[in-house]
Amino acid sequence: MSTATLQPTYNYKVVRQFAIMAVVWAIVGMSVGLLIASQMVFPELNMNLPWTSFGRLRPLHTNAVIFAFGGCVLFSTSYYVVQRTCQATLALPGLAAFTFWGWQLVIVLAAITLPLGITSSKEYAELEWPIDILIAIVWVSYAIVFFATIMKRKAKHIYVANWFFGAFIITVAVLHIVNSAALPVTMTKSYSAYAGAMDAMIQWWYGHNAVGFFLTAGFLGMMYYFVPKQAERPVYSYRLSIVHFWALVSLYIWAGPHHLHYTALPDWAQSLGMVMSLILLAPSWGGMINGIMTLSGAWHKLRTDPILRFLVVSLSFYGMSTFEGPMMAIKTVNALSHYTDWTIGHVHSGALGWVAMVSFGSLYHLIPIVCGRKQMYSVGLINTHFWLATIGTVLYVVAMWVNGITQGLMWRAVNSDGTLTYSFVESVTASGFGYAVRAIGGAFFLIGVLIMAYNVYRTVKSGNETEGEVQASPAQAA
Amino acid sequence: MMSSFWSGWIVVLTLGCLAFVIYFLVTQWIAQRAETTTNTTGHEYDGIQELDNPMPKWWLAMFVATIIFTVFYLFLYPGLGNWKGFLGWTQLNELERHQEKHAQRYAPLFEQYANTPIDELIANPKAVKMGERIFINNCALCHGSDAGGAFGFPNLRDGDWLYGGTADAINHTIMEGRSGQMPAWGAVIGDEGVRNVATFIRANAGLSQDADPQSVAAGKKVYDTTCMACHGVNAEGNEALGAPNLVDGTWLYGSSQAQIEYTVRQGRNGVMPAWKDILGKEKVHLAATYIYSLDKKASK
Repeated sequence: MSTATLQPTYNYKVVRQFAIMAVVWAIVGMSVGLLIASQMVFPELNMNLPWTSFGRLRPLHTNAVIFAFGGCVLFSTSYYVVQRTCQATLALPGLAAFTFWGWQLVIVLAAITLPLGITSSKEYAELEWPIDILIAIVWVSYAIVFFATIMKRKAKHIYVANWFFGAFIITVAVLHIVNSAALPVTMTKSYSAYAGAMDAMIQWWYGHNAVGFFLTAGFLGMMYYFVPKQAERPVYSYRLSIVHFWALVSLYIWAGPHHLHYTALPDWAQSLGMVMSLILLAPSWGGMINGIMTLSGAWHKLRTDPILRFLVVSLSFYGMSTFEGPMMAIKTVNALSHYTDWTIGHVHSGALGWVAMVSFGSLYHLIPIVCGRKQMYSVGLINTHFWLATIGTVLYVVAMWVNGITQGLMWRAVNSDGTLTYSFVESVTASGFGYAVRAIGGAFFLIGVLIMAYNVYRTVKSGNETEGEVQASPAQAA
Repeated sequence: MMSSFWSGWIVVLTLGCLAFVIYFLVTQWIAQRAETTTNTTGHEYDGIQELDNPMPKWWLAMFVATIIFTVFYLFLYPGLGNWKGFLGWTQLNELERHQEKHAQRYAPLFEQYANTPIDELIANPKAVKMGERIFINNCALCHGSDAGGAFGFPNLRDGDWLYGGTADAINHTIMEGRSGQMPAWGAVIGDEGVRNVATFIRANAGLSQDADPQSVAAGKKVYDTTCMACHGVNAEGNEALGAPNLVDGTWLYGSSQAQIEYTVRQGRNGVMPAWKDILGKEKVHLAATYIYSLDKKASK
């Protein structure tokens, strides 16, 4: 595609805005996470106030890390990647700016309403209907900007990263609109349009695909751009990317019922949820293989490049949690793991190890470029952040594995007379140490993010950004 | 059982999705080159090229293995709409099978004590231990793992009983449950009446030395006309009704002026569920034995 014709100017303003807010919301979301993790060790930290109680702060934490931090990273990287791989400036810049301000408004409204106890009570979809409508409007605008940019592309083919971003944007729109359908009663209260087991099924169809499309497909899009770019190596296998993409998007959508094993959900739906989750193993690993094999011939770069380290470790955690997920979807395993901290550990090996780490790697690659600098203010601090994040994740995940298996085994242990050996509270007592270790792991992770924020602040401050647009150098576009 | 239309819908969607994935996998498998290569596809995006490498064999093998597992699973278990599966498994019959096995194995253990009266059974440490486990599994949630109770949930080891502390009374309480009804008197006796009667109750129970004698006297009048029928002439309570003794120092809902006023004004509803259908009489017998043994310890 190397041509001597005019290079497009890229719209980096909105990319930069989302990237910086991603760091801000990471601090907010993870601080709340550390607070509620500490509440599990020191219940006094609930402060006896409704607004600071675990039950209200937990959805604030999940919304802030998934939709505020994760969402801003996705907006930022997808706007960046779609422009650069299509060699076209972002379509409809006004609408793109609206998606930024609209999304920040959604986040601020979430941060106000959730502690006030205003909630639809659907997990990961707690926001009430007026905010849901705003989300839908912002999301449709996002889709229009993204696909309009794709249509402006110079090359005939669409790069694999954009398939993943595209699938993520379309599916999340469908999931959000269907699951949030509700009957409003007042401005702050509504009732779900569905009832009973059907409501539960739709909720987890949404819930698991929030993982599958928001936290997996979208972040695989990032992986497919930033890994080859940072490693300066070609993508390992085009064919693998095609097969695992289509298999992933066709199969993920079925996996929701594994959240409802052994419940009122009909047997057939549970079985389908289980087998589809199991087949998902190979398509999920396709992305990991393609990412890691892309590094062949560039392994030595890991010694000197902490950004690449972030990206590679994120792929390892991705592989680990996408192996663990299908295993936990098997009914027999689920009978042990369900309702225990194992689930929390599984989620965080994906959320901290995969989603957050691939985000950090991508942001460290992208922020200097959109701020007109060669590299981040301090590479040494990136390295410090890398180790804090890795140690934090390992402490967190191991603590929750131990807790989860302990709880599962305690709950099913029976005495010689068939009565349960332990009361519930004994399993809570047994989990105390694990909760402390988890909080320490979380603190490591948060300190890493604070160091990142400082590094980003120094980079942005010293950058010689040209307002809004940066000319792509011919070398980069070649 | 869903209609055959919806059953067919599920079957077509499921098999269609699997067929799409398999078709895609197989056609790409056939089309790919055999060996790894340094050739690219010729595409380039922002400097990124894509190699034309084949998919790893072990990965393909893993993919195929999970698909084969799925086909067998959907043959053996329910999944494809109304197809019940070759094994006839349902989560309900799995539960019933487990419960039956459990009952066969453990029921004799509980039955062996069913005919021994509770006052004798408390001498059998094994039976008391079994009762304690039943208590921990089922009763501790409200009454505490040490049976010490909580606000609104009676303490079972202080030797004080709302409905009687005999072995039979305890057994009856667990089997049939209890419903303690303190009516709300606020609207009947007014704020003044509530305040006075609470003052009287506290003074009468020896909880306040410096109560306003006028208020106590007025409260006594209210007590005699409103409360005495259930709580008794000397506030000694009535086990037949479950009306608490108001002079014995046990206060289920607190003994401060504010708490007693609240109780009188708003009333209270204490509910002990009936356990006979949940545990069965043999297990209730043992739970009652354990609780009765606590009472014996308390009265020693």
